[in-house]
Formats: sequence, structure tokens, C-alpha cells
Amino acid sequence: MKICITAQGDQLTAEMDPRFGRCQYFLIVDTKSGDCEAVANPYLEGTGGVGVQAGQLMAEKKVEVVLTGQIGPNAFGTLQAGGIQVITGLTGKVSEALEKFKRGGLKPDQGPSASSKSGMRGF
Amino acid sequence: MIVTIASGKGGTGKTTIAANLALLISNAQLLDCDVEEPNAHFFLKPEIKTSRKVFVRVPVIDESKCTFCGRCQKLCAFHALAVLPSKVLLFPELCHSCGVCSHFCPEHAISEEDREIGFVEIGSRGQLQFIRGLLNVGESMAPPLIREVKSYLNPTRTNIIDAPPGTACSMVESVRGSDYCLLVTEPTPFGLNDLKLATKVITEMKIPAGVVINRCDLGTEDVRKFCEQESIPVLMEIPFRREIAAAYAQGDLLLEKMPEYRPSFKKLWERIENFAAEGAA
Repeated sequence: MKICITAQGDQLTAEMDPRFGRCQYFLIVDTKSGDCEAVANPYLEGTGGVGVQAGQLMAEKKVEVVLTGQIGPNAFGTLQAGGIQVITGLTGKVSEALEKFKRGGLKPDQGPSASSKSGMRGF
Repeated sequence: MIVTIASGKGGTGKTTIAANLALLISNAQLLDCDVEEPNAHFFLKPEIKTSRKVFVRVPVIDESKCTFCGRCQKLCAFHALAVLPSKVLLFPELCHSCGVCSHFCPEHAISEEDREIGFVEIGSRGQLQFIRGLLNVGESMAPPLIREVKSYLNPTRTNIIDAPPGTACSMVESVRGSDYCLLVTEPTPFGLNDLKLATKVITEMKIPAGVVINRCDLGTEDVRKFCEQESIPVLMEIPFRREIAAAYAQGDLLLEKMPEYRPSFKKLWERIENFAAEGAA
């Protein structure tokens, strides 16, 4: 199963990035093989519609679950249509989030957790 | 003639200037292009005669014909479409109605339909013609509605446009095609910062501009210094007075409540006419 974690760096030791569409890196981990692919977010500087594009990228990469801090309505809609589960509210290191997910018990979101454009604000 | 009243910063007094100028000059019409929160009608209290809904075109995807090839999504410059393995999603608020998706769909699976974004109202107050647009709540596509308001520009009248604040698409759309742009500001750091941004936009658009400094006895000299440096004429200064604020809060027109400001508004209009004529020459 492929899981994507939004990160501030390209390693599993990196801190998570709280934003989905405007995160620094998408770390895509194959839970079976343990392989990790780091994709530098190509939409980081986009003016609009980045959530849609990032959601599309997840579908193309055959990701099944996204772990992130917050997610906007367009990204959530795209992921949902692609049958991809979203779990928000995670913080700390990527590896910690991954362990938490593997232990189970994390509940997938039923709707977006942030408003449009909120990823554009500094934090 | 078209004169637009704009500003980088909000709340500097655009509507006060626009509404009072419209009242002062003969054969005028006021177009309130601040379609997200129009307020000129609070002061002018026009009698509205007609109201018309405004629509934009958005794509409709026939999924029985769609092969999910992704061509529409790749061509959409605004990322309003997401093509997933067995579903196409449209994000109507991102769509700019360019028509590229329907034109280039290899399966002819995309048609277009109307989406309502707001309405335009037309009315009058005595001799003064009044037009305003109101964008539906939650809607982000202001420019198409502004274009609709501006379709009522009348070359036989003096057109005063009340622009939305800021320097984004909706401001550019409002100012476009003006003979003159009046930038209303205040002598505060916010006022100066946003005046600088607005000046850049107006210079880029090659529209002659002048400045009105509202609440001129507050703050610092920095706005005046900036105008001098950039050779932008300061056409009028309005003092910070409790009575002006009170009249505004009551929805009263400054010139009706305090006719002593009439001469300075008259002078402002003469200067605008002169500069606009210079700009056209």
C-alpha cells in the first residue's frame, strides 16, 4: 500500500509539512517494500488550483492514503473522487506519523479541514 | 469620459469621493464595480429600475462519452478540472470560462452551461444614472461581473467608476480603459505601501493618475514625499473630521451635509478634467 506524507524535507527524518497542496515534499512510502520516493512539490509556487493538481498527482502515483496537517476543499474533493483516504491533524516527524499510521486506529477525514487558499499564508 | 476612483488600501474614502463627484457633475453616471461589497447605493439611494442576473459559462462533462484521457485537465490553465481514473471533477470557482476544454475534447464529451455568479442593477437618482453589480456570496469570479457592469458605460455621459480596493484582477478589470484614475489614500504606512502598489499597476496600464489624500492631517509626510518623487499630482486633501465620519456613518453625502466642501470638490473635478485631457493629447 502506498502512503503519502507531506514533509518539509526529502527524508523520513524530516518534519511533516502541515499543508497539503503547498507542502515542500510529498514522501511516498510503500508499506510493503519500505521504499520511499520523495517528490519535490511542483505546484508550490502556483497561484491557484494547487490542491486539485496535488490531488491528481496522488492519484497518478497510486497513493491510497494521505497523511498531512490540514487539507482544503478542492484537494479533499479530488482525493475523495480518486478513492484516496485523507488523515489530517498529524504533526512531528514523518517517521513518527508513519509509525502512528502503521499502529492503526487513525480515522480518515470526512471533509476538508481548512478553507481555500489557507496554505498560502505563512506559518 | 471614464474616471475611476481606486486605491490600494481599503477604507480610504473611494466611495465618498466617487459618490460626491457623481452628484456634483452634470450628465454623470456612477458604476459601482466593487461587486464584492458595493456601497455607493447607501449614499446615493438610487431608485432601482431593472435587475438582471449574470452568468458565466462552465463545462459539463458527459461521462458516457469521456475516455478519461486527461486532455482537458492538461490544457486547463486554471486547474479547474481533475481527471481521475473513472471520474472528472469540475471546480467551478476556479473556471475562467475560456472554453479550451470543450473546444479540444477529442471525444466531444464537453458541453457548456450557464452558472449564475451575481446580478447587475440599473437605476437613477434624478439626472444621475446608477449601475452596480453584486457578486453572490462565496463566489470568487468578480471580473466577469465587473465587465457586465462596465457594459453600461455610456460615451455620452461622464462615467465615474467606484473600483474595488486592492491591486488584484478585479481592480485591474475596473480601471481598464479609464481616461483617468484617482487614487485615494491616507498618510499612514498602510496607505503609503498600498499606494505604491496601486501606482505600479496604473503606470503599467498607462493610465494618467492623481492622488487624493484623505484624513490628511494624520500620520506622516511620507505619502506626499512619495507623490513628489514619482511626479504624481496630489489633487485634493480632506481633513480628519468627526463630522465627516458621522455623515458617512449615517449614509449621508458629504456635499449635502457639509456644502462648504463643494468648492474643493469642484476644483478636484476641474483638475481631473484637465489632466485627463492632457493624457488624451
